[in-house]
Amino acid sequence: MKTANRRHFLKSFLGLAATAISTAVISVIPGFARRCQAVTAAAPARDLAGYNSRRHLYSYIIDLHKCIGCGSCVQACNRENDVPPDFFRTWVERYQSGPGSEKAHIDSPDGSLYGFPAATAGVTGVTKAYFVPKMCNQCSEPPCVQVCPFGASYKSPDGVMLVDRDRCMGCGYCVQACPYAARWINPLTHVADKCTWCYHRISKGLQPACVLACPTLTRRLGDLRDPYDPINKTLEEERMGVLQPHLLTKPKCYYIGLDKEIR
Amino acid sequence: MMETIGYVFPNDLHITWSLMIVIYPYITGLVAGAFVVSSFYHVFGIRQLRPVARFSLIASLAFLLVATWPLLNHLGHPLKGVNVILTPLFESAMAGFGFLYTGYLFILLLEVWLVFRKDIIVYAKRTRGWRQRFYRILSLGVYDISEEALQTDRKVTTFLAAIGIPSALMLHGYVGFLFGGIKANPYWSNPLMPIIFIFSAVVSGIAAIIILYQVIMKLKGFVIDRACIDTLCAWLWLFLIVTVSLELLAEISLAYAKAEDWEIVHQLLQGPLKFSYLGLQMVMGALVPFILLGFIVLMKRSMGDKVTNTLSFTAAGLLLIQVFSMRWNVVIGGQMISKSLSGLRELYVPGMFEKEGVVAAALIMVVPFIILLLAEKFFPMFKFSEEQTREFQDSSAPGD
Repeated sequence: MKTANRRHFLKSFLGLAATAISTAVISVIPGFARRCQAVTAAAPARDLAGYNSRRHLYSYIIDLHKCIGCGSCVQACNRENDVPPDFFRTWVERYQSGPGSEKAHIDSPDGSLYGFPAATAGVTGVTKAYFVPKMCNQCSEPPCVQVCPFGASYKSPDGVMLVDRDRCMGCGYCVQACPYAARWINPLTHVADKCTWCYHRISKGLQPACVLACPTLTRRLGDLRDPYDPINKTLEEERMGVLQPHLLTKPKCYYIGLDKEIR
Repeated sequence: MMETIGYVFPNDLHITWSLMIVIYPYITGLVAGAFVVSSFYHVFGIRQLRPVARFSLIASLAFLLVATWPLLNHLGHPLKGVNVILTPLFESAMAGFGFLYTGYLFILLLEVWLVFRKDIIVYAKRTRGWRQRFYRILSLGVYDISEEALQTDRKVTTFLAAIGIPSALMLHGYVGFLFGGIKANPYWSNPLMPIIFIFSAVVSGIAAIIILYQVIMKLKGFVIDRACIDTLCAWLWLFLIVTVSLELLAEISLAYAKAEDWEIVHQLLQGPLKFSYLGLQMVMGALVPFILLGFIVLMKRSMGDKVTNTLSFTAAGLLLIQVFSMRWNVVIGGQMISKSLSGLRELYVPGMFEKEGVVAAALIMVVPFIILLLAEKFFPMFKFSEEQTREFQDSSAPGD
């Protein structure tokens, strides 16, 4: 009697477990299939309309001597990428200091979307002033990709960090991990958002919106795998630095004319 | 317009991790802490803790069952959260969550089942109708309660409790590691972070058990076991001392090294976090209970039961606030520092009725207590206290 009872119980238990597992599998498979498509669409290892991500490796140069802080790049970026208000894929900072000032006065009103006001209260006798455009540094050792628990943030073979919107759950861990504050949770899509160097454009051989909009040629994007790209010569000959090199994230965004206070 | 101190990166003006991410480590801390209390009895044989051994085990389970709720409420796409378990990428610390959580849940469920197995079988025989069916399902078809079988149960329980301790501490240490491993944040990036989290978890667990035990005994009209309270207080004192020493050491070493990080961290601690760090975490939540518990531990012979109960209740309450403010200061305080390291965002105040606001947090925090109430209905956890009370009444009756 006892054994019969137990057998009966085990049977019903196994039945229950089988139902639960099959329901889970059925509900997961469509999502999984969609995800596979999404991954191939976002990071085309093979040709996608003639683009092969393995044949390119992008790098970005920002010449701080040239930036005039007009904010055209920020406007162009916002328009190109539908960036919601108060969030920034790129922004411009202004550094001002005078004789005897211990630290530079830094500001970036509205991320410099509308440029900068002429004078800043509290700063007198400015002897040094410059503008610093900021964006995702597309690090070679990206902390944001490292912390993503299931690869929704990933590094494309051409060196660009991308977010798979279909996969990202919006936990915000990558936002915390980025030392450059280049990431944020998009309030409309509820997933991580960031600068992609206008991936939808560069994968068609076009320039990013910010580069095109810059009136002073401060910003340049180049392809290290293309021997005829002039960026290779600049990188070989010019002295330049990267942001927060001590964190060893190895940015691919290089700055000419970097100053000690810029982080 | 937001009030900021210094220069804050435009994207740093937003707080990404809200009140939900404050209560998540708070809850997992209670999970680990309550489990440690129950293991004091089951593994380390501290007999004085028998009155709370079963209760703290169930309390750990009750908190564990809601530990994921604040996370799910926080996620932009909670349904995709299952990918952490299905397709983890082990380069990320967060990918460990699935294994740590399910592993500990499994150990805990098994231990609870073994501890309550005899009761379940007795109820399965004594009750009728749906209740009987419920207990029968829980018995998993095993009705052997011979002394030999129970002996085996006890052995396995001890083993499970022993491997449960590292599992519980890993589950919580992992939360500390999530913060400690972020090199971008000067207030989080600290190898002491997981250790501080673990010790403060034990503090919150013991404190919660002291409070719940006293409240439940009062409600049920049972006697509060003095030896149990004394022992809990002694352990609480020890863990409080270790926790606060580590918390202070983390900041002192930063300050002494004159690290670049300290320039901004000290502005944070002396500025916007003055009240919650100095006031709550260090003085009211640590110094005051340190003195109160010191009285109980050092002067227990000359102290009456009522005084001990009141003092321990107060100290435990303050320590629960201390641990909460520590979580708050780490999670929210850390995000107030801009990664420009030259500015602070204004203090974040959670809204009352927003998705991740105060009411949502309160609702989540109430659920473990509802689970405990239900659990008490089906598996009375204080039978030992009931016996103690009866003995106490029998012994004092003739004298009156």
